[in-house]
Amino acid sequence: MAKPEHEITWKELNVGCVIDEPGNAAAYRTGDWRSQRPVYNKDRCIRCGTCYIFCPDMAIKILADGYIEHDLYYCKGCGICVEECPTDAITMVDEEE
Amino acid sequence: MATRVGMEVSIAAAEAVKQANVDVIAAYPITPQTHIVEHLSEVVNNGELDAEFIPVESEHSAMSVCTGSSAAGARSFTCTSSQGLALMSEIVYITSSLRLPILMLLANRSLSGPLSIWNDHTDVMSIRDCGWIQVFVENGQEVYDHVFIGYRVAEDRNVLLPFMVNLDGFVLTHVIEPIEFLDQEIVDRYLPPYQPKYSLHPDHPVTMGAFATPALYTETKKAQTESLTEAMPYVLKAWQEFGDMTGRYYHPVETYKTEGAKVVLVTQGSLSETATLAIDSLQGAGEPVGLVKIRLWRPFPFEEFKEAVAGADLVVVMDRAISYGGPGGPLASEIRSALYAQEKRPRIVNFIAGIAGRDVAPEDFVHMIQQAQERPGEWYELYGVRE
Ligand code: SF4
Ligand code: SF4
Repeated sequence: MAKPEHEITWKELNVGCVIDEPGNAAAYRTGDWRSQRPVYNKDRCIRCGTCYIFCPDMAIKILADGYIEHDLYYCKGCGICVEECPTDAITMVDEEE
Repeated sequence: MATRVGMEVSIAAAEAVKQANVDVIAAYPITPQTHIVEHLSEVVNNGELDAEFIPVESEHSAMSVCTGSSAAGARSFTCTSSQGLALMSEIVYITSSLRLPILMLLANRSLSGPLSIWNDHTDVMSIRDCGWIQVFVENGQEVYDHVFIGYRVAEDRNVLLPFMVNLDGFVLTHVIEPIEFLDQEIVDRYLPPYQPKYSLHPDHPVTMGAFATPALYTETKKAQTESLTEAMPYVLKAWQEFGDMTGRYYHPVETYKTEGAKVVLVTQGSLSETATLAIDSLQGAGEPVGLVKIRLWRPFPFEEFKEAVAGADLVVVMDRAISYGGPGGPLASEIRSALYAQEKRPRIVNFIAGIAGRDVAPEDFVHMIQQAQERPGEWYELYGVRE
Protein backbone atom coordinates (compact mmCIF):
# COMPACT_ATOMS: atom_id res chain seq x y z
CA MET A 1 0.00 0.00 0.00
CA ALA A 2 1.12 3.57 -0.76
CA LYS A 3 3.04 5.63 1.76
CA PRO A 4 0.77 7.77 3.95
CA GLU A 5 0.37 11.13 2.27
CA HIS A 6 1.81 13.16 5.15
CA GLU A 7 5.11 11.28 4.72
CA ILE A 8 5.53 11.76 0.97
CA THR A 9 8.25 14.30 0.03
CA TRP A 10 7.99 16.50 -3.07
CA LYS A 11 10.74 14.53 -4.80
CA GLU A 12 8.80 11.30 -4.44
CA LEU A 13 5.80 12.56 -6.39
CA ASN A 14 5.39 11.28 -9.92
CA VAL A 15 5.57 13.81 -12.76
CA GLY A 16 2.24 15.66 -12.78
CA CYS A 17 1.24 13.81 -9.59
CA VAL A 18 0.17 10.87 -11.72
CA ILE A 19 -1.03 7.93 -9.66
CA ASP A 20 0.25 4.72 -11.20
CA GLU A 21 -0.66 2.39 -8.35
CA PRO A 22 -4.24 1.16 -8.90
CA GLY A 23 -6.59 1.33 -5.95
CA ASN A 24 -4.38 3.33 -3.63
CA ALA A 25 -7.38 5.46 -2.64
CA ALA A 26 -7.92 2.62 -0.15
CA ALA A 27 -5.03 4.05 1.86
CA TYR A 28 -6.91 7.27 2.46
CA ARG A 29 -8.31 7.43 5.98
CA THR A 30 -11.73 9.04 5.51
CA GLY A 31 -12.21 8.21 9.18
CA ASP A 32 -10.20 11.38 9.88
CA TRP A 33 -13.23 13.48 8.95
CA ARG A 34 -15.39 12.06 11.72
CA SER A 35 -16.69 14.16 14.61
CA GLN A 36 -19.22 11.53 15.73
CA ARG A 37 -18.98 7.76 15.49
CA PRO A 38 -21.60 5.04 15.17
CA VAL A 39 -22.09 2.67 18.08
CA TYR A 40 -23.65 -0.69 17.28
CA ASN A 41 -26.07 -2.51 19.55
CA LYS A 42 -26.04 -6.09 18.33
CA ASP A 43 -29.05 -7.04 20.48
CA ARG A 44 -31.37 -4.83 18.45
CA CYS A 45 -29.98 -5.86 15.05
CA ILE A 46 -32.24 -7.97 12.82
CA ARG A 47 -29.48 -8.54 10.22
CA CYS A 48 -31.40 -6.84 7.43
CA GLY A 49 -28.26 -5.32 5.82
CA THR A 50 -29.89 -1.93 5.18
CA CYS A 51 -27.03 -0.03 6.82
CA TYR A 52 -24.53 -1.91 4.65
CA ILE A 53 -26.40 -0.88 1.49
CA PHE A 54 -26.72 2.78 2.46
CA CYS A 55 -23.25 3.47 3.88
CA PRO A 56 -21.63 5.80 1.30
CA ASP A 57 -18.11 4.73 2.29
CA MET A 58 -18.58 0.97 2.40
CA ALA A 59 -17.47 1.23 5.99
CA ILE A 60 -19.84 -1.47 7.13
CA LYS A 61 -18.93 -5.11 6.82
CA ILE A 62 -21.45 -7.94 7.00
CA LEU A 63 -19.98 -10.77 9.01
CA ALA A 64 -20.48 -14.49 8.32
CA ASP A 65 -23.29 -14.68 10.86
CA GLY A 66 -25.14 -11.73 9.27
CA TYR A 67 -24.37 -9.21 11.97
CA ILE A 68 -22.39 -6.14 11.06
CA GLU A 69 -19.19 -4.36 11.98
CA HIS A 70 -18.16 -0.71 11.43
CA ASP A 71 -14.73 -0.02 9.93
CA LEU A 72 -13.71 3.19 11.66
CA TYR A 73 -10.69 3.65 9.33
CA TYR A 74 -13.18 4.66 6.65
CA CYS A 75 -16.38 5.62 8.51
CA LYS A 76 -16.64 9.39 8.22
CA GLY A 77 -19.45 9.72 10.70
CA CYS A 78 -22.26 10.85 8.41
CA GLY A 79 -24.95 9.08 10.44
CA ILE A 80 -26.76 7.64 7.44
CA CYS A 81 -26.65 4.11 8.89
CA VAL A 82 -28.32 5.43 12.04
CA GLU A 83 -31.01 7.13 10.01
CA GLU A 84 -31.70 4.04 7.88
CA CYS A 85 -31.58 1.28 10.51
CA PRO A 86 -35.20 0.13 11.07
CA THR A 87 -34.59 -1.03 14.64
CA ASP A 88 -32.43 1.80 16.00
CA ALA A 89 -29.55 -0.63 16.46
CA ILE A 90 -27.01 2.11 15.74
CA THR A 91 -26.60 5.43 17.54
CA MET A 92 -24.10 8.26 17.12
CA VAL A 93 -21.82 9.40 19.93
CA ASP A 94 -19.36 12.28 19.93
CA GLU A 95 -15.81 11.28 19.08
CA GLU A 96 -14.52 12.55 22.43
CA GLU A 97 -16.80 10.14 24.33
CA MET B 1 17.76 23.64 -48.74
CA ALA B 2 15.76 26.00 -46.63
CA THR B 3 13.46 28.17 -48.69
CA ARG B 4 12.61 31.80 -48.01
CA VAL B 5 9.00 32.80 -48.63
CA GLY B 6 7.06 36.03 -48.19
CA MET B 7 4.05 35.06 -46.09
CA GLU B 8 1.59 36.37 -43.51
CA VAL B 9 2.98 35.48 -40.09
CA SER B 10 -0.24 33.70 -39.02
CA ILE B 11 -0.07 31.45 -42.06
CA ALA B 12 3.61 30.72 -41.45
CA ALA B 13 2.76 29.84 -37.84
CA ALA B 14 0.08 27.42 -39.02
CA GLU B 15 2.48 25.92 -41.54
CA ALA B 16 4.94 25.33 -38.71
CA VAL B 17 2.24 23.54 -36.72
CA LYS B 18 1.64 21.40 -39.79
CA GLN B 19 5.36 20.63 -40.11
CA ALA B 20 5.48 19.79 -36.40
CA ASN B 21 3.02 17.04 -37.32
CA VAL B 22 0.62 17.65 -34.46
CA ASP B 23 -2.04 15.05 -33.72
CA VAL B 24 -4.79 17.22 -32.26
CA ILE B 25 -5.77 20.84 -32.84
CA ALA B 26 -8.54 22.26 -30.69
CA ALA B 27 -9.16 25.98 -31.01
CA TYR B 28 -11.86 28.58 -31.20
CA PRO B 29 -11.36 31.50 -33.56
CA ILE B 30 -10.81 34.89 -31.97
CA THR B 31 -9.35 38.11 -33.35
CA PRO B 32 -6.40 38.46 -33.97
CA GLN B 33 -5.55 34.74 -33.80
CA THR B 34 -8.17 33.76 -36.41
CA HIS B 35 -5.96 33.27 -39.46
CA ILE B 36 -3.86 30.67 -37.66
CA VAL B 37 -6.87 28.50 -36.85
CA GLU B 38 -8.49 29.05 -40.24
CA HIS B 39 -5.38 27.94 -42.07
CA LEU B 40 -4.99 24.90 -39.85
CA SER B 41 -8.58 23.84 -40.52
CA GLU B 42 -7.77 24.05 -44.22
CA VAL B 43 -4.60 21.98 -44.06
CA VAL B 44 -6.38 19.30 -42.05
CA ASN B 45 -9.42 19.37 -44.34
CA ASN B 46 -7.41 19.05 -47.54
CA GLY B 47 -5.34 16.20 -46.17
CA GLU B 48 -2.00 17.99 -45.85
CA LEU B 49 -1.94 17.19 -42.13
CA ASP B 50 -3.25 13.99 -40.60
CA ALA B 51 -4.66 15.40 -37.39
CA GLU B 52 -7.91 15.73 -35.52
CA PHE B 53 -9.19 19.28 -35.90
CA ILE B 54 -11.75 19.79 -33.16
CA PRO B 55 -13.90 22.90 -33.67
CA VAL B 56 -14.78 23.41 -30.03
CA GLU B 57 -17.54 25.69 -28.74
CA SER B 58 -15.29 27.79 -26.50
CA GLU B 59 -11.70 28.34 -25.44
CA HIS B 60 -12.44 26.61 -22.15
CA SER B 61 -13.20 23.53 -24.21
CA ALA B 62 -10.18 24.10 -26.46
CA MET B 63 -7.81 23.81 -23.54
CA SER B 64 -9.85 20.99 -22.02
CA VAL B 65 -9.64 19.00 -25.25
CA CYS B 66 -5.89 19.62 -25.51
CA THR B 67 -5.46 18.52 -21.90
CA GLY B 68 -7.29 15.28 -22.60
CA SER B 69 -5.56 14.58 -25.89
CA SER B 70 -2.13 15.40 -24.49
CA ALA B 71 -2.85 13.13 -21.53
CA ALA B 72 -3.57 10.39 -24.06
CA GLY B 73 -0.16 10.98 -25.63
CA ALA B 74 -1.14 13.13 -28.62
CA ARG B 75 0.92 16.15 -29.69
CA SER B 76 -1.68 18.86 -29.08
CA PHE B 77 -1.98 22.45 -30.21
CA THR B 78 -4.16 25.44 -29.52
CA CYS B 79 -3.97 29.17 -29.92
CA THR B 80 -6.00 32.09 -28.64
CA SER B 81 -6.03 35.75 -27.62
CA SER B 82 -7.29 37.99 -24.84
CA GLN B 83 -10.84 37.02 -23.78
CA GLY B 84 -10.24 33.53 -25.10
CA LEU B 85 -7.31 33.12 -22.77
CA ALA B 86 -9.35 34.51 -19.89
CA LEU B 87 -12.07 31.98 -20.59
CA MET B 88 -9.66 29.04 -20.80
CA SER B 89 -7.56 30.15 -17.85
CA GLU B 90 -9.07 27.63 -15.44
CA ILE B 91 -7.69 24.79 -17.52
CA VAL B 92 -4.41 26.56 -18.37
CA TYR B 93 -3.36 26.16 -14.74
CA ILE B 94 -4.41 22.51 -14.66
CA THR B 95 -2.43 21.66 -17.78
CA SER B 96 0.84 22.74 -16.22
CA SER B 97 0.11 20.98 -12.95
CA LEU B 98 -0.50 17.79 -14.96
CA ARG B 99 2.80 18.46 -16.78
CA LEU B 100 1.30 18.12 -20.26
CA PRO B 101 3.46 19.39 -23.15
CA ILE B 102 0.83 21.37 -25.07
CA LEU B 103 1.93 24.22 -27.31
CA MET B 104 -0.13 27.40 -27.37
CA LEU B 105 0.41 30.43 -29.56
CA LEU B 106 -0.99 33.48 -27.82
CA ALA B 107 -1.69 36.32 -30.25
CA ASN B 108 -1.45 39.04 -27.62
CA ARG B 109 -4.42 41.38 -27.37
CA SER B 110 -5.69 43.62 -24.61
CA LEU B 111 -8.30 42.35 -22.20
CA SER B 112 -11.74 43.98 -22.04
CA GLY B 113 -12.98 46.44 -20.98
CA PRO B 114 -13.43 48.66 -22.75
CA LEU B 115 -13.67 46.15 -25.53
CA SER B 116 -10.52 46.30 -27.61
CA ILE B 117 -9.16 43.97 -30.24
CA TRP B 118 -5.74 45.61 -30.39
CA ASN B 119 -2.38 44.52 -29.17
CA ASP B 120 -0.76 44.73 -25.77
CA HIS B 121 0.33 42.19 -23.13
CA THR B 122 -2.52 42.37 -20.63
CA ASP B 123 -3.74 38.92 -21.62
CA VAL B 124 -0.54 37.01 -20.91
CA MET B 125 0.21 39.01 -17.78
CA SER B 126 -3.17 37.99 -16.36
CA ILE B 127 -1.95 34.38 -16.23
CA ARG B 128 1.71 35.07 -15.52
CA ASP B 129 1.72 32.50 -12.72
CA CYS B 130 0.06 29.69 -14.64
CA GLY B 131 3.18 27.50 -14.58
CA TRP B 132 3.78 27.37 -18.34
CA ILE B 133 7.07 28.07 -20.03
CA GLN B 134 6.48 31.48 -21.62
CA VAL B 135 8.49 33.15 -24.37
CA PHE B 136 8.06 36.35 -26.35
CA VAL B 137 8.95 36.59 -30.01
CA GLU B 138 9.70 39.62 -32.15
CA ASN B 139 9.05 38.67 -35.75
CA GLY B 140 7.54 36.04 -38.02
CA GLN B 141 10.66 33.93 -38.26
CA GLU B 142 10.81 33.68 -34.49
CA VAL B 143 7.17 32.57 -34.37
CA TYR B 144 7.80 29.88 -36.98
CA ASP B 145 10.95 28.67 -35.22
CA HIS B 146 9.36 28.58 -31.78
CA VAL B 147 6.68 26.12 -32.80
CA PHE B 148 9.43 23.49 -33.19
CA ILE B 149 11.50 24.77 -30.28
CA GLY B 150 8.39 24.86 -28.10
CA TYR B 151 7.46 21.22 -28.67
CA ARG B 152 11.09 20.17 -28.42
CA VAL B 153 11.40 21.72 -24.95
CA ALA B 154 7.91 20.84 -23.75
CA GLU B 155 8.18 17.15 -24.66
CA ASP B 156 11.69 16.72 -23.25
CA ARG B 157 11.38 14.03 -20.56
CA ASN B 158 13.32 16.31 -18.25
CA VAL B 159 10.81 19.11 -18.75
CA LEU B 160 7.26 17.92 -19.57
CA LEU B 161 5.60 21.31 -19.30
CA PRO B 162 3.27 23.28 -21.57
CA PHE B 163 4.86 26.00 -23.69
CA MET B 164 3.35 29.36 -24.60
CA VAL B 165 4.64 31.55 -27.41
CA ASN B 166 3.59 35.19 -27.17
CA LEU B 167 3.31 37.00 -30.48
CA ASP B 168 1.86 40.47 -30.79
CA GLY B 169 -1.59 40.59 -32.34
CA PHE B 170 -1.95 42.36 -35.70
CA VAL B 171 1.48 44.01 -35.71
CA LEU B 172 2.90 40.52 -35.98
CA THR B 173 0.04 38.13 -36.77
CA HIS B 174 -1.24 40.11 -39.75
CA VAL B 175 1.94 41.32 -41.43
CA ILE B 176 3.68 39.70 -44.36
CA GLU B 177 7.30 38.90 -43.66
CA PRO B 178 10.04 36.85 -45.28
CA ILE B 179 10.12 33.47 -43.53
CA GLU B 180 12.83 30.88 -44.00
CA PHE B 181 11.13 27.49 -44.07
CA LEU B 182 12.87 24.39 -42.76
CA ASP B 183 13.01 21.21 -44.78
CA GLN B 184 10.71 18.58 -43.35
CA GLU B 185 13.56 16.14 -42.69
CA ILE B 186 15.31 18.75 -40.56
CA VAL B 187 12.14 19.34 -38.57
CA ASP B 188 11.67 15.59 -38.12
CA ARG B 189 15.21 15.19 -36.87
CA TYR B 190 14.92 18.09 -34.43
CA LEU B 191 11.46 17.07 -33.26
CA PRO B 192 11.05 13.30 -32.95
CA PRO B 193 7.59 11.87 -32.16
CA TYR B 194 6.29 12.56 -28.66
CA GLN B 195 7.01 9.74 -26.21
CA PRO B 196 4.91 10.46 -23.11
CA LYS B 197 6.16 9.33 -19.71
CA TYR B 198 2.60 8.60 -18.62
CA SER B 199 -0.46 8.44 -20.81
CA LEU B 200 -4.06 7.40 -20.48
CA HIS B 201 -4.27 3.89 -21.86
CA PRO B 202 -6.45 0.96 -20.73
CA ASP B 203 -3.45 -1.40 -20.74
CA HIS B 204 -1.61 0.72 -18.16
CA PRO B 205 -4.25 2.52 -16.12
CA VAL B 206 -3.16 5.63 -14.24
CA THR B 207 -4.99 8.44 -12.50
CA MET B 208 -4.32 12.00 -13.62
CA GLY B 209 -5.73 15.02 -11.84
CA ALA B 210 -6.46 13.45 -8.49
CA PHE B 211 -7.06 15.69 -5.51
CA ALA B 212 -4.50 16.57 -2.88
CA THR B 213 -5.28 17.26 0.74
CA PRO B 214 -3.48 19.93 2.77
CA ALA B 215 -1.10 17.15 3.84
CA LEU B 216 0.23 16.88 0.28
CA TYR B 217 -0.66 20.02 -1.70
CA THR B 218 2.42 21.97 -0.63
CA GLU B 219 4.64 19.16 -1.89
CA THR B 220 2.85 19.16 -5.27
CA LYS B 221 3.45 22.90 -5.63
CA LYS B 222 7.11 22.58 -4.68
CA ALA B 223 7.52 19.91 -7.34
CA GLN B 224 5.75 22.11 -9.88
CA THR B 225 7.75 25.28 -9.29
CA GLU B 226 10.99 23.28 -9.30
CA SER B 227 10.00 21.70 -12.61
CA LEU B 228 9.70 25.16 -14.20
CA THR B 229 12.95 26.47 -12.75
CA GLU B 230 14.74 23.28 -13.72
CA ALA B 231 13.46 23.57 -17.29
CA MET B 232 15.95 26.39 -17.94
CA PRO B 233 18.93 24.30 -19.11
CA TYR B 234 16.69 22.32 -21.47
CA VAL B 235 15.32 25.53 -22.98
CA LEU B 236 18.91 26.68 -23.52
CA LYS B 237 19.85 23.32 -25.02
CA ALA B 238 16.92 23.36 -27.44
CA TRP B 239 17.81 26.89 -28.53
CA GLN B 240 21.47 25.96 -28.95
CA GLU B 241 20.68 22.93 -31.06
CA PHE B 242 18.23 24.90 -33.15
CA GLY B 243 20.87 27.55 -33.70
CA ASP B 244 23.48 24.97 -34.70
CA MET B 245 21.02 23.65 -37.25
CA THR B 246 19.71 26.91 -38.70
CA GLY B 247 22.17 29.63 -37.68
CA ARG B 248 19.39 31.34 -35.72
CA TYR B 249 20.39 31.41 -32.06
CA TYR B 250 17.99 32.48 -29.32
CA HIS B 251 18.73 33.50 -25.73
CA PRO B 252 16.64 34.11 -22.60
CA VAL B 253 17.80 37.73 -22.54
CA GLU B 254 19.06 39.40 -25.70
CA THR B 255 21.03 42.59 -25.90
CA TYR B 256 21.43 45.26 -28.54
CA LYS B 257 24.40 47.59 -28.32
CA THR B 258 24.68 47.34 -24.54
CA GLU B 259 28.49 47.47 -24.43
CA GLY B 260 29.35 50.42 -22.22
CA ALA B 261 25.69 51.46 -21.93
CA LYS B 262 24.87 53.52 -18.82
CA VAL B 263 21.19 53.56 -19.72
CA VAL B 264 19.37 50.38 -20.66
CA LEU B 265 15.92 50.16 -22.17
CA VAL B 266 14.05 46.91 -21.45
CA THR B 267 11.33 45.61 -23.79
CA GLN B 268 9.41 42.46 -24.66
CA GLY B 269 7.90 41.36 -27.94
CA SER B 270 7.77 42.96 -31.36
CA LEU B 271 8.22 46.55 -30.17
CA SER B 272 11.80 45.54 -29.44
CA GLU B 273 12.54 45.90 -33.15
CA THR B 274 11.21 49.46 -33.13
CA ALA B 275 13.28 50.18 -30.03
CA THR B 276 16.49 49.29 -31.86
CA LEU B 277 15.91 52.29 -34.15
CA ALA B 278 15.70 54.56 -31.10
CA ILE B 279 18.93 53.06 -29.74
CA ASP B 280 20.65 53.67 -33.09
CA SER B 281 19.64 57.31 -33.15
CA LEU B 282 20.57 57.92 -29.49
CA GLN B 283 23.94 56.23 -29.92
CA GLY B 284 24.45 58.30 -33.06
CA ALA B 285 24.01 61.37 -30.86
CA GLY B 286 26.63 59.99 -28.46
CA GLU B 287 24.24 58.72 -25.78
CA PRO B 288 25.41 55.52 -24.00
CA VAL B 289 22.05 53.78 -24.37
CA GLY B 290 21.49 50.07 -25.06
CA LEU B 291 18.55 47.69 -25.33
CA VAL B 292 17.77 44.51 -23.38
CA LYS B 293 14.97 42.26 -24.61
CA ILE B 294 13.37 39.69 -22.34
CA ARG B 295 12.61 36.68 -24.50
CA LEU B 296 12.09 34.10 -21.75
CA TRP B 297 9.45 35.28 -19.31
CA ARG B 298 9.03 32.00 -17.39
CA PRO B 299 11.24 30.61 -16.00
CA PHE B 300 12.56 34.15 -15.46
CA PRO B 301 16.24 34.42 -16.38
CA PHE B 302 17.43 36.29 -13.27
CA GLU B 303 21.16 35.69 -13.75
CA GLU B 304 21.20 36.47 -17.45
CA PHE B 305 19.23 39.64 -16.83
CA LYS B 306 21.53 40.89 -14.06
CA GLU B 307 24.49 40.30 -16.32
CA ALA B 308 22.86 42.18 -19.21
CA VAL B 309 22.27 45.35 -17.15
CA ALA B 310 25.41 45.09 -15.02
CA GLY B 311 26.95 48.36 -16.23
CA ALA B 312 23.78 50.48 -16.20
CA ASP B 313 22.94 53.36 -13.85
CA LEU B 314 19.44 53.74 -15.24
CA VAL B 315 17.06 51.01 -16.42
CA VAL B 316 13.99 52.14 -18.33
CA VAL B 317 11.39 49.40 -18.50
CA MET B 318 8.58 49.47 -21.00
CA ASP B 319 5.57 47.47 -19.90
CA ARG B 320 2.55 46.69 -22.04
CA ALA B 321 0.22 45.89 -19.17
CA ILE B 322 -0.70 47.57 -15.93
CA SER B 323 -1.02 46.18 -12.44
CA TYR B 324 -3.95 48.26 -11.22
CA GLY B 325 -3.33 49.85 -7.87
CA GLY B 326 0.09 48.23 -7.80
CA PRO B 327 3.67 49.18 -8.57
CA GLY B 328 3.25 49.88 -12.31
CA GLY B 329 3.77 47.16 -14.89
CA PRO B 330 4.46 43.47 -14.24
CA LEU B 331 7.77 43.46 -16.13
CA ALA B 332 9.13 46.36 -14.09
CA SER B 333 8.03 44.62 -10.87
CA GLU B 334 9.98 41.57 -11.88
CA ILE B 335 13.03 43.60 -12.73
CA ARG B 336 12.94 45.54 -9.48
CA SER B 337 12.85 42.30 -7.52
CA ALA B 338 15.59 40.81 -9.71
CA LEU B 339 17.88 43.73 -8.88
CA TYR B 340 16.81 44.50 -5.32
CA ALA B 341 19.53 42.51 -3.62
CA GLN B 342 22.32 44.01 -5.73
CA GLU B 343 24.78 46.11 -3.81
CA LYS B 344 24.88 48.67 -6.61
CA ARG B 345 21.43 48.90 -8.05
CA PRO B 346 20.46 51.03 -11.06
CA ARG B 347 17.57 53.50 -10.86
CA ILE B 348 14.49 51.89 -12.42
CA VAL B 349 11.87 53.90 -14.27
CA ASN B 350 8.78 52.28 -15.73
CA PHE B 351 6.64 53.34 -18.68
CA ILE B 352 3.44 51.59 -19.56
CA ALA B 353 3.11 52.15 -23.28
CA GLY B 354 1.52 50.75 -26.39
CA ILE B 355 -1.64 49.78 -24.54
CA ALA B 356 -4.40 48.39 -26.78
CA GLY B 357 -2.52 49.03 -29.97
CA ARG B 358 -1.52 52.63 -29.42
CA ASP B 359 1.46 53.21 -31.64
CA VAL B 360 4.93 53.44 -30.12
CA ALA B 361 7.35 55.00 -32.61
CA PRO B 362 11.14 55.18 -32.31
CA GLU B 363 10.78 58.85 -31.23
CA ASP B 364 8.58 57.71 -28.35
CA PHE B 365 11.35 55.49 -27.01
CA VAL B 366 13.77 58.40 -27.32
CA HIS B 367 11.30 60.56 -25.43
CA MET B 368 10.83 57.97 -22.67
CA ILE B 369 14.56 57.64 -22.17
CA GLN B 370 15.01 61.42 -22.05
CA GLN B 371 12.18 61.81 -19.53
CA ALA B 372 13.68 59.08 -17.35
CA GLN B 373 17.07 60.81 -17.46
CA GLU B 374 15.64 64.21 -16.59
CA ARG B 375 13.19 63.33 -13.83
CA PRO B 376 14.86 61.90 -10.70
CA GLY B 377 13.55 59.07 -8.54
CA GLU B 378 11.81 55.83 -9.33
CA TRP B 379 8.34 56.13 -10.75
CA TYR B 380 5.99 54.81 -13.36
CA GLU B 381 3.58 56.45 -15.74
CA LEU B 382 1.25 55.67 -18.58
CA TYR B 383 3.22 57.04 -21.47
CA GLY B 384 1.47 59.63 -23.61
CA VAL B 385 -1.75 59.75 -21.58
CA ARG B 386 -3.71 62.98 -22.11
CA GLU B 387 -3.97 64.92 -18.86
S1 SF4 C 1 -21.80 6.80 9.94
FE1 SF4 C 1 -21.89 7.00 7.71
S2 SF4 C 1 -19.88 6.38 7.07
FE2 SF4 C 1 -20.06 5.68 9.14
S3 SF4 C 1 -20.77 3.61 8.95
FE3 SF4 C 1 -22.59 4.88 9.17
S4 SF4 C 1 -23.22 5.32 7.10
FE4 SF4 C 1 -21.13 4.56 6.98
S1 SF4 D 1 -29.74 -1.61 9.40
FE1 SF4 D 1 -29.81 -1.95 11.60
S2 SF4 D 1 -30.85 -3.85 11.78
FE2 SF4 D 1 -30.25 -3.74 9.67
S3 SF4 D 1 -28.25 -4.77 9.63
FE3 SF4 D 1 -27.84 -2.63 9.97
S4 SF4 D 1 -27.72 -2.44 12.17
FE4 SF4 D 1 -28.69 -4.35 11.76
